[in-house]
This record gives sequence, structure tokens and C-alpha cells, in this order.
Amino acid sequence: MVETTATAEPLAHYPLDALAAGTRAIGAARLTALGPVSRLAFRGREAAIQAAGEAFGVALPREANRRNTANGRHALWLGPDEWILLAPGADPAPLFAAIETATTGLPHSLVDVSARSVTLEVAGSKAAYVLNQGNPLDLSLDAFPVGTSTRTLFHKAEIVLSRITPDTFHVDVWRSFAPYVWEMLEDARRELA
Amino acid sequence: MTNRFRTHSGGRIDRGAPVSFRFDGKTYSGFKGDTLASALIANGVHLVGRSFKYHRPRGFLSAGSDEPNALVNVARDAARMSPNLRATQVELYEGLKATSQNRWPSLGFDAGAANDFVSPFLPAGFYYKTFMWPAGAWKRFYEPKIRAMAGLGVAPTLPDPDRYTQNYAYCDVLVVGSGPAGLAAALAAAESGATVWLVDEQPELGGSLLAERTATIEGKPAQQWLSDTLATLAAKDNVTLLPRTTAFAYFPHNMIALAERVTEHLAAPGADLPRERLWQLRAREVVLATGALERPLVFPDNDRPGVLLADSARTYLNRYGAKPGDRAVIFTACDAGYRTALDLAAGGVAVVAVADLRREVHGELPARALAAGIDVRPATVVTGTTGRLRVSGARLAKIKGGPSVDPVGASETLACDTVLMSGGFTPSVHLFSQSRGKLVWDAASGAYLPGSSVERERSAGACRGITGLQRVLEDGYGQGEAAARASRDASSPARGATPPPGASSKSFPAQADDLGTDGFIGATPHARNPAFTKAFVDWQNDVTAKDITLATREGFRSIEHVKRYTTTGMATDQGKTSNMNTLGIVAEALGESVPKIGLTTFRPPFTPTTFGLFAGAARGDQFDPVRKTAIHDWAAEHGAAFEDVSLWKRAWYFPKALPDGRREDLHAAVARECKAVRSSVGMFDASTLGKIEVVGPDAAEFMNRMYTNAWAKLEPGRLRYGVMLREDGFVMDDGVVGRLSSDRFHVTTTTGGAPRVLAHMEDYLQTEWPELDVWLTSTTEQWAVIAVQGPKAREVLAPLIEGIDLAKEAFPHMSVREGTILGVPTRLFSVSFTGELGFEVNVPAHYGRAVWEAIFAAGQPFGITPYGTETMHVLRAEKGYIIVGQETDGTQVPDDVNLGWAVGKAKKDFVGKRSLARASMSAPDRKQLVGLRTTDPKVVLEEGAQIVADPKAPVPVPMLGFVTSSYYSAVLGHSIALAVIKGGRARIGTRLSVPMPDRVIEVEIVEPVFYDPKGERLNG
Amino acid sequence: MLIINCPWCGARPEIEFRYGGEAHVARPADPAAMSDQEWADFLYNRTNPKGLHAERWRHIHGCGRYFNAVRDTVSDFFVTTYKAGEPRPDIGESGQ
Repeated sequence: MVETTATAEPLAHYPLDALAAGTRAIGAARLTALGPVSRLAFRGREAAIQAAGEAFGVALPREANRRNTANGRHALWLGPDEWILLAPGADPAPLFAAIETATTGLPHSLVDVSARSVTLEVAGSKAAYVLNQGNPLDLSLDAFPVGTSTRTLFHKAEIVLSRITPDTFHVDVWRSFAPYVWEMLEDARRELA
Repeated sequence: MTNRFRTHSGGRIDRGAPVSFRFDGKTYSGFKGDTLASALIANGVHLVGRSFKYHRPRGFLSAGSDEPNALVNVARDAARMSPNLRATQVELYEGLKATSQNRWPSLGFDAGAANDFVSPFLPAGFYYKTFMWPAGAWKRFYEPKIRAMAGLGVAPTLPDPDRYTQNYAYCDVLVVGSGPAGLAAALAAAESGATVWLVDEQPELGGSLLAERTATIEGKPAQQWLSDTLATLAAKDNVTLLPRTTAFAYFPHNMIALAERVTEHLAAPGADLPRERLWQLRAREVVLATGALERPLVFPDNDRPGVLLADSARTYLNRYGAKPGDRAVIFTACDAGYRTALDLAAGGVAVVAVADLRREVHGELPARALAAGIDVRPATVVTGTTGRLRVSGARLAKIKGGPSVDPVGASETLACDTVLMSGGFTPSVHLFSQSRGKLVWDAASGAYLPGSSVERERSAGACRGITGLQRVLEDGYGQGEAAARASRDASSPARGATPPPGASSKSFPAQADDLGTDGFIGATPHARNPAFTKAFVDWQNDVTAKDITLATREGFRSIEHVKRYTTTGMATDQGKTSNMNTLGIVAEALGESVPKIGLTTFRPPFTPTTFGLFAGAARGDQFDPVRKTAIHDWAAEHGAAFEDVSLWKRAWYFPKALPDGRREDLHAAVARECKAVRSSVGMFDASTLGKIEVVGPDAAEFMNRMYTNAWAKLEPGRLRYGVMLREDGFVMDDGVVGRLSSDRFHVTTTTGGAPRVLAHMEDYLQTEWPELDVWLTSTTEQWAVIAVQGPKAREVLAPLIEGIDLAKEAFPHMSVREGTILGVPTRLFSVSFTGELGFEVNVPAHYGRAVWEAIFAAGQPFGITPYGTETMHVLRAEKGYIIVGQETDGTQVPDDVNLGWAVGKAKKDFVGKRSLARASMSAPDRKQLVGLRTTDPKVVLEEGAQIVADPKAPVPVPMLGFVTSSYYSAVLGHSIALAVIKGGRARIGTRLSVPMPDRVIEVEIVEPVFYDPKGERLNG
Repeated sequence: MLIINCPWCGARPEIEFRYGGEAHVARPADPAAMSDQEWADFLYNRTNPKGLHAERWRHIHGCGRYFNAVRDTVSDFFVTTYKAGEPRPDIGESGQ
């Protein structure tokens, strides 16, 4: 869901910059640090949900642990009144303003958390196997189909795990936990080298 | 003597692939497919260890994971050294190096064997009885000596260089054990389309079929049927076959822990493969096809090298082509002895005699033995063996009456080099029992069998007492079908009814010997002097039949007590070969039936498991996440020392290089950093502070309820110091809160308290006040926070900030404004934790380092000084500011730590308010926060030191309180300390004592604010 | 590791959850009106039954919701789970 790997403005530093530069090429489970994303945490009552989705351009999914995608943007159900809105490569400020305007007077909370986390991608025929070294969920396609996004764990770090294609997963992780998750993924896929 | 005991042909070893290995320094050869045990037996080596207590010479008892004796050390190098491996499970690889254990100086001559001769003085409970007196001797003498003598192998002293991984996995049907029942179960489940895992601890799948010589299944030789079946299973996408994988623990809700040994059998494992892999497998349904373990017979001298279990000897012969000896005496209580006798005879081993404990011997196998000319002796026992390092003869005697109570007749010694025994088979109910299923005693077969299940599991084949190859196969198939069916019903928490044996939709015509359920439990009779006879029950812990009867005579009735008193069944084999015979001996001694005695509890792991497997990748730097701020790398590049604060690394202090090339120590660096902040300006990375954005129309109301302070009147753009209590009234957390707009608060928490505070807030919001329109979002990691503190702070920041007027009047102390710095959005706080003019610059974390560097550059004209957590602590202590968790320990109400002013008295309610109303919460003798000055200004008190009025008072000396924070203040030129002292505020101006081990330190109780008590510096 | 049925997310492994103590212990509407003894009972005293126990769990590493569960404290098996605010299902008494 985050296709760009371009580096951001010169002022920005990302926690995986150094680690991602030294990664091994392992085809069965490729590991990539993805580029900047606008991330907005949206919480709200029923009345605000539809307005927020319309302003963002992606309807907020009402089914648990599902992800809706439109025009390169994604809305992830994280809880019954909680969504994370992802807009790769976009500037968060105008997006924030647009949604706030559309939801004025409707009980809700919108918080810019773009810098809170980073996203990395695990892709390849063994991606699920690698993730299951630290994630306790059943990642079979039946139990965790494409379009699933959920908060869960990878070893001792909390993550948001998304299945993009049968063999592609995205892991969104708070920035200070990102090197830990990265190193654990490197360790997990080492046997596939 | 190379492989003199190897058969000419047959077995599953690869005779075209010889393997050279070393045991106790001597080189031997074996074949690919051998275990260390089978290769040594083929080389005629049976002496492989010394026993634990008596240091008696020991050989192999079994051929599998139940082996109690043959524990060896296998070392690839000094770090890759594994003690206590069962030689029966160690796969041979080129260059393998193994050594025996528990012997000194050598296996053949072991000084510890003297214990054997004084053994009449080493009875059961010896340790408990002997080392009681004199009292002081335990620590000085007995314990060190016993520790030196005890234990088996030696642990490596170097860190384990190998990797271990852990995987979560899911399947519909897990089948544990790949013998005939397990194979059939896997086949049935796989054919139904279920995802099936078939696991087995052995390197090859097949279980008992791997040692079959004559049996046929579906018209094929058993081993052909085995390879065909494995090929069928392997070809299915829904089947996972895992050899070398032990199902060692059965956890609730069908989570089975599997230990897969990935590289243990490889001569040169690559660096990328894990040595072992832990599977945490969640199975919808489990089929336990764990088979049965052969029981030894308990007769005198049954532990000499060369005395083996009969069916294990058959395995060595048929599966590995390794003959247990040239001349065998067989002692049996069931037909298994005859099956072994017939296979031995066919394999070229002379069978001297079969002593059968049973009074009458009939049936097909004994008849075939008789027809083969084997000397079969019914109602006969072995009453002893001869030989020292290897058995050389067996004493046989006729039983006069019933098998276990009556004395025996005169004995006859038969020369032999191996004695093979079989007391029948014990169903392997370990995993069933771990799953908390109830065992039931089956009197007909003399065994505990699986009864009602708790988990969604079922047993199949020999582990539920079914005998006969065809019945076992059909039971396995039937259970596999039933398991697959049940796995499709996800709703049912309990499993379906276990089908009766034979309820299989498929028939498996098989020709094989049915051993039936005959057997013996207990000690066999003999007429020898019990004081000088050892009939072993537990080989590994050296427990004899006599030890167990002694325990019962001393009054131990419960099997759990007998177990602990005698240590039977407590070794690494957990009594796989000894538990049932122990029960039999206790039952006979007490005149009770076996089920009346009960059964000890089966606990994980089934076989010993490495620590590495449990640790997995969580070791070294990856043990826990190491959280670093956006500014961490800059601090590291500038020589900072770091300290751990929860999972965070925080810059502790920034030691400068000294002219002589050394670096400042903590004391010097902190003194310099403190002076810089007080006289000019310093900068501090406060990014680890917890942050929560509280947003919604009811945000102020929610804050009112969660914090002691009043929030309704706090204007947007202003900050307030907030105090949070638990419902019991004690301080839980504190932090500065900014109101950004009427419905948006920026809340900060302590570094370590962030997750706890958020969970506490969520709890009240979700479960007590779900009607409030307010939501919480963690923003701890969204913002990097740079504190700029000191009289020059405004001058440093002002040129960098756009959109905010930093003038004193426009931006007073305790305000928040939004603007930009370097074009990056910022929330700028005017706030101080130092007592100086101060600001905190919040910027999105990705820009934290760039903004830090810009402020550092802008501060150069003022000598801006980066400081760490130690200086932060000193500066705030000079001002008497508390740190929650340092001045508080969960028993302080706000007033105790001088925060009574932060409690909104007019508020009707807030979390913790009712508790504050209890009389004891305002008692005058509560511990209260005060300052301490030492009489000698250079003495720095120890944090945690107790404070008393009179150190010479009779013990117990009344403790008045303790030191919570203590530093040397370079700015003030004397030490300072904070303390909580009973009725402390009323004691200000008085003197108390701090007794230390070497002296008593006199202190004066003072106000806790040491610096700028009027707070004039805050406004710059 | 138990499997816990989150009322929002379905069956998930125990490691994603936090235990939250006994359920249906509501914070009194007017704490100031309570005697010290009544307040202490609310703060500290719980039923601790042997048998069925209504208790709070939070799917903290999932949807974040607090919810209630009835668990048998003898067998450790869950009987049911339900959303916060819903009444305790009528499935037998808690133990002694």
C-alpha cells in the first residue's frame, strides 16, 4: 500500500535508514523499508464516520480487521470506533484540515501520527512463515485473507499487520520499535538465505 | 574389533556410507543411519557411563528416548557442548566426538565407585538423614562436597553460538507419533482434506515398523508398506511431516510445543540454519499415537552393562544390524521376550535360555521358540548377574509358588554376554496426562489408559492399550477419520466421542505377532540377602527396590511422597522406565492395589529441552526492544553515556574529553552541565516522555475526572502540571498538560508510566464513562521533545521560531503555542523542570535530529551544553520537584509529597478522591517529603538509607523514613537530599541520624526547595 | 496459551490480551456518599470463586476493547465472552 521508497525531505531521518541499506537479498522473504506516509488516527461516533471517509476518499470499513483502499489511500479498521488512515507520500496537514472541516460538530478525534511509526514490507513465498516466527496469528489465506489489517504482536513489539497480496505483508511499527522488528525479521529469514 | 557385532546384512543403516567417530578419545566406525548407541553396540562397547549415586558401571538399557543410563557429552567445540544427551538418540555424523560422564579418572576405573561398597550406609533419604549435624557444617562442608559429587554432565562455560528459532503454526489435525497407529491416523485425516502434521522424535518416521522383520501389511512387507505410505503422505500438499521433532509439552487449548532438531545430525551445519526450532503449534484436533514403552524387570544386578530391554535389543538387531552380544539370556514376563529370541536366533545370536516369569507358557510365539530349539523355562526368574564392566552370566532359579511373593529354588548360572528383559509394555500416556485427561486403571492389562479427555484430543493404538498390528492400524485410521471430522466443527470446545477400536472405514489386513497385554509390575522374587543386593528400579537416580520398601516402612504412603523421598522417577528420564515398577513395589509393600496407590503427575517436557529453544531469538541485544529516540544517534556521536529507563536508552551525561586524553567522569560532567544550565543554557532530549492526545467535546470533563486538578477553566494555550491518582488515592503519575483548544489536550506522562497511564485512562473511559465523547491517542512516538533550559534559552530559540512571539508577556511561563521551526510544525511549551527559564520544543519525530542540531548550532554563542538525565535529576532535586517512582512508591497521597495544592478541592469527584477522605490519609504522622542537609557538606547520602531519631535505641530501632533522592549540588556547593519522614514537615529544623554500616551520618531536616525558593528565575 | 474469543475480533491468542480483574464491579455513582467500609469493599474485596467467574479482559494488542468473559477457574476454559456494558449471561452461578 506504500509503493514509494523515495527518501523524504533532507531534514527527515528515519529509524531504518541504516539497517535497510545493509539488508541481504533473500527472494523467499524480501524485506524493504517503505517511504513516508501520512497517518491519521481517527476515532469517532457513528455520525462522524461516514463524513470522515468521504473527506479522506476511502470509506471507513465497518467490518473488524478489514482494510479499504481507493486511489492509493487506505483506511484500516483497528477497533470498533478506531481507524488509521494512510496516505502514502501525502502531506498530512491539508489532509488533516480537510477531514476536520468535514467532521466539524460531529463527535470525533483526529490526530496526526504520521511520525509515530514506519512501514516495512515482507514479501515472498515464505513471508508468512517469516512473520510467524514472532506473530502468533494463523496467517493462512483462509484465516488471514488479502485485505486484512490488524493490530497484533511481533515478538515483544506491537505492530499493525496488513496482507496486501497473498505473498506481501506490510508491518506498521512505532519508530523506536522498528529496528527491533527489523532485526528480528532479518533473523527469521536468515535460514532462507 | 571393528563392527564385530554387526550383522552381515539388513537394517536401515547405509552400509555404503561408513562414518568415523570418537568415544572417550577412541576412534570407532559406524554407518550413516546409526545412533551413537547402535554404533557402539556394533563395536561391542556397552560400558558407557557411571551411575549417579553409586558410580556403578552402566550400559545401554533401551534404544530410544526412555534411555536412563547412556547419557553422554557431545561436543563440536568448547562452546557447542551438550551434556546428558541420550546416546540412543544421538545420530552419528562424521567426526562426532562423545565422552562418557560422571566418572573420574576413567570410565573403567572410577574412584566414586567406592560409594557402591558403602552403599548399605547410603539408604533412601540418606541426604535428609545424614547431613543434619552439626548445623554449621551444612554450608561449610556438606553442601560444597555434595555439589561437587552431584549432577551428571558438565555444562559449557562459553555462550551458546548457535541460533534457535521459534514458529507459531496452525493445523487441523496433529498426529504425534509415526508408528502404525500414527501413520494410519495421518493417512485418514489427510485423505479427508484436513491440514495434517505428523511429528516424531526419531530421525526416521515409522516407529515400531522400522524394526519389523517379518510382519506384512496389506500384503507387503511392513517396511515396504511404510515407505509407500510415507511417499503417499509426502506427496500431499496438506501434510507436513516432521521427523526429529519431539512433542514435549501439551498446553491448554491444544497448543503443542514441538522441539525440532534441525542441524544436530549434520557434520557441518551452516551458519544460517537454526540448531533447533520451537514450533508452537495450535491444532484443532490432536491424535496421540505415542506407543508404549517396554518395562524392565526389577531383579538383582539388573544394571550391569549388557543388560538391555528385550525389544530394544531387537531394534538394535533389526533396525541397525547391531547384535547386543554373542550369547543372550532372556528374562521375560510376556511374549516380547520370545519375539526377540526368535529374531536374535535368526540374526546369529545364540539364545542360551528364555526365563519366563509366567507359570504357564502357551501361545504362538513361545511355541515357535520351542520349535526353534530354544531352551524355554517357565516359572523362572533371574536372581542375579555376574561380571563387572560387562555381564558374564545370569543366575536363574525356579519360582516355588506365585510370582512375586514366594521364595525361589536353587540357582544355576548360565554364561552369557547379554541379558535381555521384558516386563511388558506401559502405554505412553505422558502427553494425554499433560492435557489434563483423566487416566483410568485397566486391571485386565495392568496399565493406566487414557480415560475422559479435557482437550480436543484422542489417543490411538498402543498408547491406549490396543495390541496387534492390524487392530492398531485400524484404530489409528478410525481416530484419524474422527479427528478430521471433528476438526471441521470449529464451534465445539469438547471433542467428539472416541470411536471404539476397529471403527475404521478402511481395513488393514496385517500379519504380525500379537504380544498381548501380559506383563509384570514390581520386583521379581529372589532369595538373596537384601542388604547386599541391588535390584534397580530407577537406573538414572540409582533407586533400588529396597529403597522403595524402606520408604514405605518409614511411613511414606503417598506415591508423591515416596517419589520425593527416594527420588525415583525424578531424573531427566522422569521415570519412563521406572514409574510403574515403583507403583508395583509400593502396592505390594502396603498390601494395596496399584490404583489405590495412585500415580505421580506427568509434567512437561517429555524429554529434556535446551534453554536455547525457549530463548529463541530473544537474547543479547534482541532480548527486549531497545528503544532509541530520534536524537539518540547524535548523542552517541557526541560521546554520551546512556542509561536504561524502561526500554529506552537515555543520554545519561555527556563527558567531555580532558586535556590528558581521558574523559570526564560522571561527577565532573554533571557539575559542568548543571552550572551551564543555571548560568547560560543547556539542552536535553525529553522525547521519551509519554504523550497522550485527549480529544473530543468531553475532553475537559474527562480530564477533570482523571486528574486531581481542575481543568475546565484552563484556557487554550496554557499548560498545567497534572497529578493522577489511582482509585486508592495514591499518586500514580504526573506530567504537564497543554490545552491546545477547547476539545484537545496534549498530555504528558512519565517515561516509564506512559503505557500504564493510557491503559488506566482507557479503562475508565471504556468501562465507566462510555457516554463521554472523548478519545485517547498515544503520541509518545509522534513527537521528539527538545528541552532548552537556562537564562539564555529565549535568546537561543527566538531566531529559529516562526509564528510564535516568544516575548515574556506574549508567551508567559506555562504556555503552549503552535508555529514552525526550520519550517517544521512545532508545539512549543514554555515549561521548566529545572527552575530556570525554559522551553520544550515538540516536533514530529522524523525531524527531531535536524531541529536538535539547529538549536545546538544556534546556541553556540551562549555555550549551549547538552545535558543528560543525571543533570536533569540534580537540577529538579535542587528545586524540590518530585519524580514519581523515586519520591513516591505507590503509598503517597498528594499531600505527602507537597502536592496538596494540585488537588481541586471544589471538585465533586475524581479518581482517588474518596480514598483521600479516609482519616488515615491525612494523619499527621504520615511520611512527608522534606529536604536533608548533611552536617558535613561533602557527604552524599545513599538513596534508600533509613532515617532514625536515635541510632543507639534498642533494636528494633524505630525507622522514621528514608532517603529518596541524593546528589552533590555543584551549584550550591554542598550535598542535597530529599526524603520521606514521618511527620516530616513538623520536624523541619531538627536533626536526625542516618545509620550506615561504618558510621552514623547526622542530618538536618530542611525545606525541600534548595535553590531559588521564590521561583523568580522561572520567568527569566 | 489460551485462545480467547474477542467479541469484536474473534478467536485470538492469549498473548494479545490483558487480564482486567473481576467484571461487573461498577464504580459507585457517588463515592462521597459511601462509608469507609463500603468504599473499601468496592476497592479491594472480590468474590474469587472456584468455578465460573465473570471477569474483564482487554484485547490490548488488537482492537483495544475491554470486554467481559465467563471463565471456569477450575478448568481455565472460557464459557463465553461479551461486550462491556452487556449484562452477565445467565449461565449458572459462580462457585462458592
